[in-house]
Amino acid sequence: MISFRKAAVLAATLAALGVAAGAPAAEKVLRVVPHSNLAVLDPIWTTAYITRNHGYMIYDTLFGTDASSHIKPQMVDTWQMSKDGKTWTFKLRKGLAFHDGAPVTSEDVVASLKRWGARDTMGQQLMTFVEAMETPAPDTFVMKLKEPCGFVLEALGKPSSNVPFIMPKRVAETDPFKQIDDYTGSGPYIFEKDEFKPGDKAVYVKNTKYVPRKEPASGTAGGKHVYVDRVELNLALRDPQAQVNALAKGEVDIIERPAFESYAQLRQTKGVEIVNRDPLGFQYMCRFNALWPPFDKPAIRRAALAAFNQEAFLKAQVGVKEYYHSCPSMFTCNTPYASAAGSDIMAKSNMKKARELLKASGYDGTPVVLMKPTDLAAIQKLPDVAAQLMRQAGFKVDLQAMDWNTLVGRRAKKDPPAQGGWNMFCTAWVAPDIWSPLNNAALDAKGEKASWFGWPNDPKIEELKAQFARELDLNKRKKLAAEIQAEAFAYGTHAPLGEYINPVAVRKGVSGLVQGPGDFYWNVKKD
Amino acid sequence: MYPFIARRLLATIPVLVIVAVLVFLLLRLTPGDPAAILAGDAASRDQITQIRVSLGLDKPIVVQFGIWVSHLLHGDLGESFYFKIKVADLIAQRLEPTLALATLTILVAVLVAVPLGTLAAWRFGGWLDRALMGFSVLGFSIPVFVLAYLLIWLVSLKLGWLPVQGYRRLADGFWPFLRHLILPSLTLSVIYIALIARVTRASVVEALGEDYIRTARAKGLHESRVLVAHALANAAVPIVTVIGIGVALLIGGVVVTESVYAIPGLGRLTVDAVLARDFPTIQGVILFFSLVYVVVNVLVDLSYVFLDPRIRY
Amino acid sequence: MDAEALSVEAADVRHHESAWRRLRRSWSVRLGGAVLALLVATALAAPWLGTVDPTLFDADSRDLVPGSMGQITTLEGDTIPHRFIMGSDSFGRDIYSRVIYGTRVSLSVGLLAALLALAFGVLAGLAAGYLRWLDGVLMRFMDGLMAIPAILIAIALVALWRASLPTVIVAIAIPEIPRVTRLVRSLVLSIREEPYVEAAVSLGTPSWKIMFKHILPNTMAPIIVQGTYICASAILLEAILSFLGVGLPPDIPTWGNIMAEGRVQFVEFPHNVFFPGLFLAVTVLAVNILGDGLRDTLDPKMARRL
Repeated sequence: MISFRKAAVLAATLAALGVAAGAPAAEKVLRVVPHSNLAVLDPIWTTAYITRNHGYMIYDTLFGTDASSHIKPQMVDTWQMSKDGKTWTFKLRKGLAFHDGAPVTSEDVVASLKRWGARDTMGQQLMTFVEAMETPAPDTFVMKLKEPCGFVLEALGKPSSNVPFIMPKRVAETDPFKQIDDYTGSGPYIFEKDEFKPGDKAVYVKNTKYVPRKEPASGTAGGKHVYVDRVELNLALRDPQAQVNALAKGEVDIIERPAFESYAQLRQTKGVEIVNRDPLGFQYMCRFNALWPPFDKPAIRRAALAAFNQEAFLKAQVGVKEYYHSCPSMFTCNTPYASAAGSDIMAKSNMKKARELLKASGYDGTPVVLMKPTDLAAIQKLPDVAAQLMRQAGFKVDLQAMDWNTLVGRRAKKDPPAQGGWNMFCTAWVAPDIWSPLNNAALDAKGEKASWFGWPNDPKIEELKAQFARELDLNKRKKLAAEIQAEAFAYGTHAPLGEYINPVAVRKGVSGLVQGPGDFYWNVKKD
Repeated sequence: MYPFIARRLLATIPVLVIVAVLVFLLLRLTPGDPAAILAGDAASRDQITQIRVSLGLDKPIVVQFGIWVSHLLHGDLGESFYFKIKVADLIAQRLEPTLALATLTILVAVLVAVPLGTLAAWRFGGWLDRALMGFSVLGFSIPVFVLAYLLIWLVSLKLGWLPVQGYRRLADGFWPFLRHLILPSLTLSVIYIALIARVTRASVVEALGEDYIRTARAKGLHESRVLVAHALANAAVPIVTVIGIGVALLIGGVVVTESVYAIPGLGRLTVDAVLARDFPTIQGVILFFSLVYVVVNVLVDLSYVFLDPRIRY
Repeated sequence: MDAEALSVEAADVRHHESAWRRLRRSWSVRLGGAVLALLVATALAAPWLGTVDPTLFDADSRDLVPGSMGQITTLEGDTIPHRFIMGSDSFGRDIYSRVIYGTRVSLSVGLLAALLALAFGVLAGLAAGYLRWLDGVLMRFMDGLMAIPAILIAIALVALWRASLPTVIVAIAIPEIPRVTRLVRSLVLSIREEPYVEAAVSLGTPSWKIMFKHILPNTMAPIIVQGTYICASAILLEAILSFLGVGLPPDIPTWGNIMAEGRVQFVEFPHNVFFPGLFLAVTVLAVNILGDGLRDTLDPKMARRL
């Protein structure tokens, strides 16, 4: 008895000193090269995908979206809508707790939804319908609406930025325009704040008290089982060739977004597999600034549309044939609202027509200020292709290189292009962020009040979107979506440039990667 | 001796003041609002106003400088808007890898370059001498990153001897720490070897021409003793001086090497900060590196007292 | 006795050797000069060396290995066949054309940065060496500037201004100024003690006239030598800036930019890094060899020091 006790004390001391050799060896560490640098840790404050993924590690959501785009309950156990469609009652499932041990209550939920509703585009739209949110019991909250709303669950189960993550009330009461500094969540991992070194590494450890749902994991829905002890994000490894080398030598386990140029080499590398976890992938687009010449005229925007052909962009930017396809729709192809409506202007490469359109438009040779980000491999070639095609059509193009941070700052400026403004930039969107007229930021056509950059002003699009928001019938919604898209092509809001996937590269022995629009590390096993 | 040390230390003050003025002016002489540049592109109006007040941007430029220096003296380098932490903390976090890389590089360079340079001087004009001079011109000419890729390709990928990237803290064990540093130090030391070997060779050649060497040889001392105890000892001052001056070269090399080998040190921080236009961090890094440069060169000057018996203060 | 005789003999040999070496060194002037002349000719004749517009591309010709046939689409929209003798990059641009046009950028950055640094350095050095009242302030200023590592000044300046050819040249030249200033100042200080300068002073010749007529010509040799070294390091620094992504815009074909883009597929298609790297190393090597040769023939005093 006594000797047993002595041994226990000894073991505890040794463990405390870090001497016990067995413990660290048994620890399973998943080493990940994320797609971008994690700098901001507040997933409501920014829409950056890396911060969204960070959010999914440490927070949980009310609903999730499964791999086939259906909304499924996550923290919510049961819910009902009243007959008039104006009262929604949600009951939380049992066993939900924050990392500090406190239970998750309906008050935490309401505070979190309010903060999200102040920042997120879809959240803001939902809040225009909401009359009140009430908390009749710790595990029950009620949403009262002014009129029936067609996208309550779609908004709450929104898989991508900004995601309505549930935070403790004290954190959620932070000003939505200030960043939080308390990272307590109720998700499957706990963020190690002390080990976080910006630009170097971020560490998450398993939340042993997390109770996963019974259903299998799918997308952001289902049981979030954790099979590793630690996930380490390597934030220092940014050079694509160095990433491949490190993966080949087993120094890291996963590269979230290998450079397209790296796939050929990755395929030949022993011990490495290429896995696509996001079948819907991304859509490229180039955005026009409707405020300033030359793109203040629809005719000139349409001339540019006619000059573009998706194949040219995709071949130069992606290059790997199996990884891209053209898509005529502004909504992600292979999702409900996708259609070819209005897209004939850019259906085929038609340089002759582009030249004619440009001539007829009265274009006076004003150069197009086209911003090119030099540090984002996945999109940085698009502007070069756009420049070449537009020059061939007769445009003058001023291709300006800058880093993505500068581009993000500059695209928000409404100044004339010669005084720090811009005419055009290109980017990529993940499917759930553009698959519906309600969250496709490029279709916000409220002019200078529009939430996204480029500020198209087309009341007809806004009118159709308002009808869409109130419509509950899927077929009628599809028809409205097609009308919205046709109008957007006629106006020339932006140019959709086709779709691509960017599969992850993993070491053999890593399995169970969840399908979905983000990089999530529950369900992942490592031998 | 102490008055000399005191004088040398006092002499650094004007240099440091000038560095501070230059870094300060770097931002003020750029068109645009310094507060907006410091706050970054994504900053809100409130944040910019806050920075403007804390830096006293509405006051005359001399007062602004005073405020800025008083912040500096309190160790306050401002806050990085990209990494969202204090610049001073950021530098502290990134110090270890850079310090380790630089130390190992200097060690490797001195251990290789000094014997090589001495031998070349001894056999002045011989094949070793010519080879060394050729190598040193090559060492100055080959870009660090090209060399880095060649070494990675050969040593890590083809031969599989060393890791290709990354850094392990000394606390994680000495061998992993060292293994990760070998290739980067090797890459970085080439230009340094070229520099030190050249200076060593030139100084030893000069020393070998002096009368006391003839005397030593005439006394029948063994050639190796003549070379090491007399010629090399007398060449120590220029060699140490060039190591000090070479620190500037080393810092430049660190920026490139850390980027290629993904080492989370200060060089990498510099590049990240520039790409993100994170000016508080850029300023902080420049100030820090300049301070290091000045301190190293003070130490070099002070070491003369011990290295050269002829210098008495 | 024997030992004494031997060492005299050794000294003789050394003397002969040094003469022989000087010859060999002027051979290095010729070698460095010839390679550079060839590069300058290449830069000037770039459009007539079988090149195409270095910014044109065709995605159908991406990642071709050196020597392959492919196609290029012109701005008029015509597709023409083209042989990629140094292969193509991931856009399908012709590496050969880019490297050849890159010669223009690298050489002009090297030359102009060196000239700029020399111009300002010589003026400041003359002023500091000749005007006592300015000396203290100016040299403390230069000490301060010298304490900031060159690459950091260049990076910071390029980040603050927008990267373009003129800004990059100025940013690279500025950190080189103090070294030139120091050199010129020390030369002036020693030359002004010479009898002919003292004579001119006593005759009442104005300062500026003494500076430009008597002192400047005597500093030319070391300045030219210094200029070649600045040229070499400027070419390297420009490549480093481009490579790190903080230099000239990526659509300008510079060797650093070509390598920065090529490093993504360095293992699979090393030609993207190899050819520009080779040109860069050879150019810098040629300038350095030329500099060493010039130093040994023009400035034997300095030659003994390094």
